[in-house]
Amino acid sequence: MAAQVRVLRQRIRSAKGMKKITKAMELVATSRIAKSQARVEASLPYARAITGVLTALASNASVDHPLLTPRERVRRAGVLLVTADRGLAGGYSSNAIKTAESLIARLQADGKEPVLYVIGRKGVSFYRFRNRPIEASWTGFSEQPSFADAREVGETLIKAFSAGADDVDSGPGSDGVLGVDELHIVYTEFKSLMTQTPVTRIIGPLQVDERPRSEAAVGVLPDYDFEPDPEELLDALLPKYINTRIYAALLESAASESAARRRAMKSATDNAEEMVEKYTREMNSARQAGITQEISEIVGGANALAASGSEV
Amino acid sequence: MAEQLNVQLVAVEEKVWSGKAEMVIARTTEGELGVLPGHAPLLGQLAEPGQVRIKLPGGEQLAYEVAGGFLSVSERGVTVLAESATPTSAAAQGN
Repeated sequence: MAAQVRVLRQRIRSAKGMKKITKAMELVATSRIAKSQARVEASLPYARAITGVLTALASNASVDHPLLTPRERVRRAGVLLVTADRGLAGGYSSNAIKTAESLIARLQADGKEPVLYVIGRKGVSFYRFRNRPIEASWTGFSEQPSFADAREVGETLIKAFSAGADDVDSGPGSDGVLGVDELHIVYTEFKSLMTQTPVTRIIGPLQVDERPRSEAAVGVLPDYDFEPDPEELLDALLPKYINTRIYAALLESAASESAARRRAMKSATDNAEEMVEKYTREMNSARQAGITQEISEIVGGANALAASGSEV
Repeated sequence: MAEQLNVQLVAVEEKVWSGKAEMVIARTTEGELGVLPGHAPLLGQLAEPGQVRIKLPGGEQLAYEVAGGFLSVSERGVTVLAESATPTSAAAQGN
């Protein structure tokens, strides 16, 4: 009996310890969500401005840039997958991976060869474990991505995309480097604190999202002067635009990761609390049972003594 | 001069500065240029590394070291897009 009480007490202690850890992680994640959202907010002015500039440029210059034109024959398609570096975030990483897997299956069904680019340790270990080739991977910044990280990723992708321009069916073209003809990105959209959904987007060839803008509705955009000429400007701007898109995706994924982690840690904390309560009840009743048994043993013993005494 | 420019200086990670100014001076790949109110619409790539100076009403001047920058002038104002923008020490000296 006493042994059972001791076991239960130990369990309660470990559940309480676990609860402390999950609670702390929950609080950290909560503050990270707010921070990530603030960073998403802070990146919006630039994103808006560069979209506006590109729209102006596109409507003035003849849009004919390799980054903008779809390839006739798509042989290899790049897939950039954004996952977390750490676990304990519920289904965050596995949902993103699942979405990437279905995209890859779709690409393969279309006769395209998928080429993987992975961000985050979880995604990397998923593919390493299955012995599937990863073209390039980046880790260590999933929770707090900086623009420098996004630029590094973007430059790699753009290089691969440009290298794919001259590829032929039999192998790499004149530049001797196998590139990609399409670029997809899989990241987790932050819908709300409770909902984060993995989505896939095409970032190459680029589609400048021309949202209906009020000025455009009023009249044509003004004639711009360009310094240097529009083609060169487009050349300089488009890679930056792709980097911005990747950066936005990274930021949103970071917010989603924190939100997913917060939710997972909240339910873990709740479960630990429940367990502590359950074990405390069990321990109390075990202790009570022990006391009751001891009393009845004493009473029984005393009665037996009394009975034997009266007989003498 | 009553007319003033609406100036926005935005970096990728945050909006650096926005407000009214009398003149914006920047160097594009083609050469240095100053933008006054009423300037014709313009898109330019800034020279690397570039300095952008913003003359405020009242004679003060802000200066930023801008990397990977673009300059966009429209009838609504001036927008400087930058990958990064840091205030230069000249900003402290003002006028």
